[in-house]
Amino acid sequence: MSLKSTLRAATALSLITAGSAFADGHSATITIATVNNGDMIRMQGYTDGFTAETGIAVEWVTLEENVLRQRVTTDITTNGGQFDIMTIGMYETPIWGANDWLVPLNDLSAEYDAADILPAMAGGLSHDGTLYAAPFYGESSMIMYRTDLMEAAGLEMPEAPSWSFIAKAAREMTDRENDINGICLRGKAGWGEGGAFITAMSNSFGARWFDEEWNAQFDTREWSDTLNFYKNMMDDAGPAGFATNGFNENLSLFNQGKCGMWIDATVAASFVTGDDSTVADSVGFALAPDNGMGKRSNWLWAWALAIPAGTQQVDEAKQFIEWATGKGYIEQVAANEGWANVPPGARTSLYENPNYQAVPFAQMTLDSILSANPNDSTVDPSPYVGVQFAAIPEFAGIATEVSQEFSAAYAGQQSIEEALEKAQAITNEAMEAAGYR
Amino acid sequence: MARSVTPRRKLLNTTVAWAIGLLIFFPILWTILTSFKTEGDAIAAPPIFVGFEWTLENYRTVLERSDYGRFLWNSIIIAGLSTVLGCMIAIPAAWSMAFVPSKRTKDILLWMLSTKMLPAVGVLYPIYLIFIELGLLDSRAGLVVVLMLINLPIIVWMLYTYFKEIPGEILEAARMDGATLRQELLYVLTPMAIPGIASTLLLNFILAWNEAFWTLNLTAVNAAPLTAFIASYSSPEGLFFAKLSAASTMAIAPILILGWFSQKQLVRGLTFGAVK
Repeated sequence: MSLKSTLRAATALSLITAGSAFADGHSATITIATVNNGDMIRMQGYTDGFTAETGIAVEWVTLEENVLRQRVTTDITTNGGQFDIMTIGMYETPIWGANDWLVPLNDLSAEYDAADILPAMAGGLSHDGTLYAAPFYGESSMIMYRTDLMEAAGLEMPEAPSWSFIAKAAREMTDRENDINGICLRGKAGWGEGGAFITAMSNSFGARWFDEEWNAQFDTREWSDTLNFYKNMMDDAGPAGFATNGFNENLSLFNQGKCGMWIDATVAASFVTGDDSTVADSVGFALAPDNGMGKRSNWLWAWALAIPAGTQQVDEAKQFIEWATGKGYIEQVAANEGWANVPPGARTSLYENPNYQAVPFAQMTLDSILSANPNDSTVDPSPYVGVQFAAIPEFAGIATEVSQEFSAAYAGQQSIEEALEKAQAITNEAMEAAGYR
Repeated sequence: MARSVTPRRKLLNTTVAWAIGLLIFFPILWTILTSFKTEGDAIAAPPIFVGFEWTLENYRTVLERSDYGRFLWNSIIIAGLSTVLGCMIAIPAAWSMAFVPSKRTKDILLWMLSTKMLPAVGVLYPIYLIFIELGLLDSRAGLVVVLMLINLPIIVWMLYTYFKEIPGEILEAARMDGATLRQELLYVLTPMAIPGIASTLLLNFILAWNEAFWTLNLTAVNAAPLTAFIASYSSPEGLFFAKLSAASTMAIAPILILGWFSQKQLVRGLTFGAVK
């Protein structure tokens, strides 16, 4: 190939590969990395209105939760500047805020009314009193149950049941011949799947991940009680293969009428009462169970919008956050799609609105959120913030490994004692390597 | 001497081949079927195979929500250019290793292949930092180079294997007739190795098309290919299997069609040199 041909080929390659850099005609464009769920997708449908109001165009990068977490973590730790807004959760926010990787959100406008954000949400999305992410929607966990099956079993669900009642009800409602499982719970490995559920459950049994010197606590009676109670109940009344079930698998079972009870994210309430559910007319709600020790087994989570410190478009990003997490957006969705479809769990004023109070699961969602406290989630004192997680960078890796051991025990591949012994060793080793002990 | 095959044996062989073929194709078939179901039918237990209400709603939703054309164009450019660029480097490299081997040729080949054994995530941060420095993040040019580099060992290996099957005497004869190195490569070696080169190109195009780790981690908006398109429909909280299946079907359709039309060439290339 002659030099001329080589140059021609190189020019063509550059033009083809670089073409899109000149494609955008807007004065400002912000790029938002977000998670794929119903509320976030709904928001994308409304962003044309934001662009028309402000002249700021919005580009979306939508990814599955775990892929998104890896993607935004890589970008923020290297100051890559690929995103102007990131959708992150309660786990990342305090850690990233402490590292100055996020832009503080303490100067949002008066109309935005930051004081209206639910205190539990604002607390979990702050570090040292500074808000680093604005909640788009928040969730806790609660019991969703079949009122018809409960009635047939001759039982009545209390508003705030105990674990012993739940276990009894689960066994009573189980009807193996008709493929009805008394209870469906997460067992799938992963810190955000089965790991989140069992950690929240362990809080109500008096267990904790670490003592105040960051020593692992899996060798305590409380953890043994938690896992044995869970496994015995699930063996008797849970679905086959529960060790690999996560949110979606249980949602599918519940919607097909195969679960008497399901304890999971409050956001699922709109799914189990929606068009795809075969049992939508007979669903009741109750607080997640306790064990008489002063802590319930519900978690607290929020998907929130944060601005990475590396962005060049802080003002535009703040404008978008005020629009997406403000009261106006909620009213817009309510007007177009009904109050049951507005993003829940973020603002106090939503729960004071009589229209929203008429939504069947609204009050129970609020009560569940208010009963979870990320700064005081365990019976005995613990050194970490978070209900179903400990807000330290090492937690995700450790909890994923620990939940794998637990799932293996649920599946009968090892005993509960073996799983707890391994969890203790894994956690202490990792904490020692990280310099906590 | 060819063995005679009884009709019964032939029938058995055909049945087994079809069974294996269907087994391999089943996940793709299931994805395509699910893409035409409602979300409710998609999660039905026991699964519904054919007796469901067919709908195009998922395709309509996906096309409304995403700019499919942009993802498709990015995939074509990234997979196509990385494959062509890879071949431009690999053909001379494989030629020298096949026809002018040195003492270290085998070691070099093994070393090249060993780079494929390193987990990609192990070099994510260094590559990401280099991309930031060079301004290559979310650019098609950056991805073309990365995908070309990660597939290069396979291209060189495949071409080396094909070239080894070609008698060196033919190239020597061409040289004696006065062919230059360029003429030898272009007019003698390449035409003889066309089936091998074609199958290498196709295989690498498929590998680049399906590559998900780097394409997800190094892109955002401008250069995101179809792997990012699929990833945007996966959700651990919400039953969107029918929409995910529609997105997957749209992402694999071009490569399936390409594979269908080029299967003769692909099989010929993959069996090149197997029977002398």
